[in-house]
Amino acid sequence: MNAMSFETRHNLSIGLRYALLILIATIFIFPILFMVMSSLKPDLQMLRDSASLRAFLPVGDISLNNYAEAFERVPIVQFAFNSVFTTSVSVAASLLLNSMAAFSFAFLQWRGKAIVLSLIIATFIVPFEVIAIPMLLVANNLPWIGPEGIEIGWLNSYHVQIIPFIADSLGIFLFYQYFRDLPDELVEAARIDGASIWQIYARIVMPIAGPIVATVAILKFLVMWNAYIWPLMTIRSEELRPIMVGLQYFFQLNIAWGEIMAYLSMVTIPVLIFYLALQRAFIESIATSGIKG
Amino acid sequence: MLTAAEARKNAPLWVRLLLPKDAPLYQRNDALFGWLMAFPALLILTVFLVIPFLMAFVVSFTNQRLISPNPAEWMGLRNFERLLSVRAFTLEPERDDSGAIVYQDGGIVYPRLRNFTRKNPNYPELDGLREFTSWQSGDNRTVILVADVVFLRALINTLVFASVIAPLQGGLALLLALLLNQALPFINVFRAIYFAPVVVSMVVVSLLWRFIYDGNNGLLNNLLGILSFGSFQPVDWLGNPYTALPAIMAMSVWQAVGFHMVIWLAGLQTIPASLYEAASLDGAGGWQKFRFVTWPGLRNTAVLVLIVITIQAMGFFVQVDVMTRGGPLDATQSVVYQAVQRGYDKQDIAEGSAISVILFAIVFVISMTQRYLTRERR
Repeated sequence: MNAMSFETRHNLSIGLRYALLILIATIFIFPILFMVMSSLKPDLQMLRDSASLRAFLPVGDISLNNYAEAFERVPIVQFAFNSVFTTSVSVAASLLLNSMAAFSFAFLQWRGKAIVLSLIIATFIVPFEVIAIPMLLVANNLPWIGPEGIEIGWLNSYHVQIIPFIADSLGIFLFYQYFRDLPDELVEAARIDGASIWQIYARIVMPIAGPIVATVAILKFLVMWNAYIWPLMTIRSEELRPIMVGLQYFFQLNIAWGEIMAYLSMVTIPVLIFYLALQRAFIESIATSGIKG
Repeated sequence: MLTAAEARKNAPLWVRLLLPKDAPLYQRNDALFGWLMAFPALLILTVFLVIPFLMAFVVSFTNQRLISPNPAEWMGLRNFERLLSVRAFTLEPERDDSGAIVYQDGGIVYPRLRNFTRKNPNYPELDGLREFTSWQSGDNRTVILVADVVFLRALINTLVFASVIAPLQGGLALLLALLLNQALPFINVFRAIYFAPVVVSMVVVSLLWRFIYDGNNGLLNNLLGILSFGSFQPVDWLGNPYTALPAIMAMSVWQAVGFHMVIWLAGLQTIPASLYEAASLDGAGGWQKFRFVTWPGLRNTAVLVLIVITIQAMGFFVQVDVMTRGGPLDATQSVVYQAVQRGYDKQDIAEGSAISVILFAIVFVISMTQRYLTRERR
């Protein structure tokens, strides 16, 4: 055994590790790759290709016909608008409401604060699925000021898709944790300089809260963009339906796989691009949300 | 000169309500602002989290419907009885006049079950129950009768789903995390790839995998056919009651394993490198390092990962709704799918809420177990 053979062995072990890493990567990539490639092919070719590696390659009769047909069959633009609208309003509003509440918990003294904060942490163990059904009853009985005065019932609207989700205990907690660990001098110094509470929040604390803003925004974005069970139950009219529920059109009709793959690609590729661009932030958000304990 | 307590007494009502008892009066603006800033979020959490949660408990004891002209009535435990009643019942063989057991076609003849479960005045407790399963015990036949066959199936499926997914997904996620926790060039690329399915909607994943699992042209059948040189018989993975739930489990692991991989990775990175160096100096091999350094350092992460997966798995719904609608033969019914079917499709909010309460009871026990396990050795 000389130095050479040790080096060869070392290289071999590195090579094996990469082989394993790549093999596992194919398991995660290939279904997504298959979706995108199939969206470019006519149904017959797609079925034929699925028996070989061609399923994962842009070969044969490649076109955007499936996309055109999917656009014709369902009002994708409307669905996409609904999702973009409800998602962006919810993300923006949740950043504001959750950070304001967390700021109050971290820096201001008021009666009952400790109890309220511990109640908020206690709600972590209530999964959305548990409250979805009674929430439907609540939403159906809430008043709303519409064009014809006060109406009862929030079902079938934009606000029923947005307002229930613009405050969440995890978001408040993540902001609170971040604010609590900031140095006290930061706020004290601003107070001595005569800054108002709102100025301390908006000009001093929020501008340095970048990482946690990204975390809360990403978590809320994923929840809202992928929303399914709640809009499924609350939205009846097509004009208000978000993009994931819009997929239901393809369940019942005769299954046109090419169009389905086109639709799936359209709703997924923007998210994947967004994810790849902000990869580190996405992964760190999940890690932070998981460690809340 | 006024004392603090006297000053407080003379202050306006809002100050007395909001200012902490031991805080000086000049902090009253803090108290007011603090309360105002928290108020919008607290209002929404109250209306859309606390009230629905409390209502689930109240409504589950009534016959509330989503839309009804009549006010809801108090039903006591009726909803829970209708969902959860289980009774064992023993059928004795039919006997002829001499007391001998009657045989027909080589099998023992039993009285018809429905003689007992359909308005039999001697067996009021069996009224309306249906057979869930049965087995032979001596000459007798033991039958498990339940009030709601579909819900019990859903409950069992969900528990099976969660108890398979938790160790499987948690274990695979740990293996991936260990694989990624080494200093190799491009390791972050692989981390990004393994994590990618997590950001893809479960609706999209479910629809995509419906094609992968297809009985005729499905990718999985084709792949298995190629790997076995054509000797593999195609399976309709989602159409077969024996394979449907395992197929959904495999897909769910594929989608979510990256999520827990990241949590394991964060846990791995809290273990100081000096511990590994010390272990190396003591001559520890790879497995020993894992056993005596890595694993003890991951204990709380392990509990967290298992609990998070279990709770997420208890709520599985989208896969069922998109892929199988509970079929074939109720093999993929889930608790949340049943809650939505009854609470929304049938507008029976009371029964849907009762199912939600049962789900919460299970999740609560799991969470308390986590608290207990992580507190123990701190």
